[in-house]
Amino acid sequence: MNIIDFLKNNIVFLDGGMGTLLQGRGLAAGELPERWNIEHPEVIVDIHRAYFDAGSNIVNTNTFGANILKFSAEELDRIVKAAIENARKAAELSVGSQEKFVALDIGPTGKMLKPYGDLDFEDAVRIFAETVKLGVKHGADLIVIETMNDSYETKAALLAAKENSALPVFVSNAYSEDGKLMTGASPAAMVAMLEGMGADAIGVNCSLGPKALAPVVEEYLKYASVPVLLKPNAGLPCSVCGETHYDVSADEFAAEVAALVKKGVRIAGGCCGTTPEYISATVKACEGIKPTAIQKKNITCVSSYTHAVIFDEAPILIGERINPTGKKRFKEALKAHDIGYILKEGIAEQDKGVHILDVNVGLPDIDEVSMLTEVVCELQAIIDLPLQIDTSNAAAMESALRRYNGKAMINSVSGKQESMDAVFPLAKKYGGLIVALTLDDSGIPSTAEERFEIAKRILAEAEKYGIDKKDLIFDPLAMTISADTGAARETLRAVGMIKRELGCHTSLGVSNVSFGLPNRDVINSNFFALALGRGLSAAIMNPYSAEMMNTYYSYRALAGLDENCSDFISSVQSVGTVAQTVTEVKENFASELQKAIVKGLKDRAADLTESMIAENDPLLIVQNEIIPALDTVGVGFEKKTVYLPQLLMSAEAAKSAFEVIKAHMPSGKASDKPPFVIATVKGDIHDIGKNIVKLILENYGYPVCDLGRDVPPEKIVEETVRLHAPIVGLSALMTTTVPAMEETIKQLRKKAPWAKIIVGGAVLNREYAERIGADKYAKDAMEAVRYAEAMQNAKC
Amino acid sequence: MMVYTKTYDAPPIDRREIMRYAGVRGDAPEIEAILDECLKESENKLTYKLCYGEFPVSFFVSVDSKDLKKHLEGCDKVILFAATVGIGIDRLISRYASISPTKSLLFQAIGAERIEALCDEFNSEFVGSRFSPGYGDLPLEFQKEIFRLLDCPKRIGLTLNESMLMSPTKSVTAIIGVK
Repeated sequence: MNIIDFLKNNIVFLDGGMGTLLQGRGLAAGELPERWNIEHPEVIVDIHRAYFDAGSNIVNTNTFGANILKFSAEELDRIVKAAIENARKAAELSVGSQEKFVALDIGPTGKMLKPYGDLDFEDAVRIFAETVKLGVKHGADLIVIETMNDSYETKAALLAAKENSALPVFVSNAYSEDGKLMTGASPAAMVAMLEGMGADAIGVNCSLGPKALAPVVEEYLKYASVPVLLKPNAGLPCSVCGETHYDVSADEFAAEVAALVKKGVRIAGGCCGTTPEYISATVKACEGIKPTAIQKKNITCVSSYTHAVIFDEAPILIGERINPTGKKRFKEALKAHDIGYILKEGIAEQDKGVHILDVNVGLPDIDEVSMLTEVVCELQAIIDLPLQIDTSNAAAMESALRRYNGKAMINSVSGKQESMDAVFPLAKKYGGLIVALTLDDSGIPSTAEERFEIAKRILAEAEKYGIDKKDLIFDPLAMTISADTGAARETLRAVGMIKRELGCHTSLGVSNVSFGLPNRDVINSNFFALALGRGLSAAIMNPYSAEMMNTYYSYRALAGLDENCSDFISSVQSVGTVAQTVTEVKENFASELQKAIVKGLKDRAADLTESMIAENDPLLIVQNEIIPALDTVGVGFEKKTVYLPQLLMSAEAAKSAFEVIKAHMPSGKASDKPPFVIATVKGDIHDIGKNIVKLILENYGYPVCDLGRDVPPEKIVEETVRLHAPIVGLSALMTTTVPAMEETIKQLRKKAPWAKIIVGGAVLNREYAERIGADKYAKDAMEAVRYAEAMQNAKC
Repeated sequence: MMVYTKTYDAPPIDRREIMRYAGVRGDAPEIEAILDECLKESENKLTYKLCYGEFPVSFFVSVDSKDLKKHLEGCDKVILFAATVGIGIDRLISRYASISPTKSLLFQAIGAERIEALCDEFNSEFVGSRFSPGYGDLPLEFQKEIFRLLDCPKRIGLTLNESMLMSPTKSVTAIIGVK
């Protein structure tokens, strides 16, 4: 019998702790336990056998840390082979008569994934894939991915298991006291992602005892449509008379686990501190408990690396601003690879209160596959909202879905066969909530009935892939009423029909409805209200539209979704404009704008620039206002009368003035200064100092090409040559990364001999900089600017 | 050689210390106001996790560091520990890098003060002072040994990269000599 069949009608028992038992048998602190499969097979067999004797159906092989980061390929092969053989032998030797399975155990790599660590996502997939392939080769019955405390690494491991084996896969995460993974994911978020990717069972292990984990387990039971697994610790370790004990006894443990089995847990065992005694007590305590049937939960949701967004009664807002269509500044940012600008849009939308961000970076002359993937990665590094990946390019969709840390919204599929053939396999593999447009090869039908028919066809096709209808959300397409009087009426009818007759959720890009009309926001928001009344679940919308937001908050209050109308009330209060208070100062300033910059008043600086620009040459504003104000602050900083955060506030104010000027320049450029390439060197992920230098340089009009952090020398050289940049700035914080800086300088000298190189960072000083061949050591941002300005003047 | 994991409540905040980390050496009321916002925003993004174990001094006699030897002189055992305030503060620092470098800098300073405060709280349970890789002649490579003994990734989600940098960045590993 295979494990999936066995699971259907039985509670499955796992094994207990391995590490603690090995320590008892002489494993030294810091010694790699996986080697004991080969060096002390009798001990490993003995432990496995004791678990089978205690009633375990599954034992995990002693391969928690068996990966190519820790072992050579050859040794890894031997370890996995021996580990599986040991477990098989234990099954044969055991007196237990229960069904027995051997699971290839896979633990975390111990590395943090990029961008906060240095392990690339695809490298993580490759590392796990090596172990998975060996597990398959040596005959494991299933794969157990366990003790994962990061959602992204969990995804890499599950992807590797799915891509390299047909074995059943169980996935178990380690939660902290706060009920979240160390990197922030909630149980609902993990359920959404792991189920979407096709895990056969999911659950919780390690960290805490069964009682402390109960709230997390209950969340799993609430959301999961697959069997839930529980493998807790024997409580917490404590030291009694110099000996270590865990504070939950075998009987307490068994009773607490059994209580959760009664509530619906289907796979149970123990982790750190548990022994065969705990497992045998648990098996006993669960005797006679009827396995809870696995129920489909029919929950429509998406997730980020922190939380799930569930489509229910409350409307979901999907921000539409990350999209170049009709936005000149956005297009420029994409062409100039100005990711910062895109991130700012996303953050602003989040601050306005949207629940999901639509991400569209399609432009004819950019490589959408790499751009979309990069933007998704950058957004998910700093914004915890789920993303809706919006592209018609299947390769870009796959690449972005692969890297997405959660269950994404997929925008979109249509009733065209070609579209369904391309999108459904991706949704099946990576998971996702698919936006389905009710159009097909003959276009967008005019009546609601015809759109409804297309929706039914899409559902039927999705079913062929095993994609459940809860993972489809229909967009019956808002068309402009200025072209067809009945357009909105048909869309609204279609929303109602799909909701009522198919039981599916709907989403609309509402603003299309008003195309060609004046006062569009009024039409849009009323249309939105009508659609919500028909049961619309979500809208792709502009969160800057006060009318739309008012409709949203009013609807929630009216529909009984806003307790005490408190969200509505606070939404009204926040609309009142927050005037930036200007503290009166006695100092004399040449102008109000200079004063605003020196005082670091961002909004005021932008407003003043806007009002000046009608009558003044923009470049003169830069020269006569912005630069002198910055110089005042810069001199203060050098004299230590202005502190670093104050310098930065002024720089931010100057930057907001620059943005206004840029918008008014035909070329989009605010100066004719040469490009400045800047990067934190390979191996180093500190970028605060680099970012400060970048900001100040931009203030002085330098177009800064920021390559980010952990940048290989080759990339820095390539960009310097491409831009023929006269100055390159390199940053390093650690002594261990200075050699990478030296190497970068060496390569730059060879390939870009014209470039002057400025270095900075905590470990550097003048002598050190000289020794590694830099032209200049800058102790702070002002010194870097002064050097760049001096170079400029020397040229003129 | 048992290793223990502990989660702390937030230690008291030392505002002056945060300002010092941010480069403020005197009065800056406008920065104080922004600091208030940052403290509020970071409050539920910080976690205070620590793992530690007690080891005999003999474990470390072979380490090539005169300064460490001096630090452990007269001690018969050592407490090895690793502490982190979590990835949340790193995310805030990155998030604000693109919208407000001032706040990014303040989050950086908050993270620095928070992790030191966590270490101080733990350290106050022992008489000895702490000594970290990179101090004096104790090489950064010693991080590997600490990670091997404490199993930091599994216990507190703390990882070490190829250049001996830790992620989350607001983290400390150290050795305390106990007499």
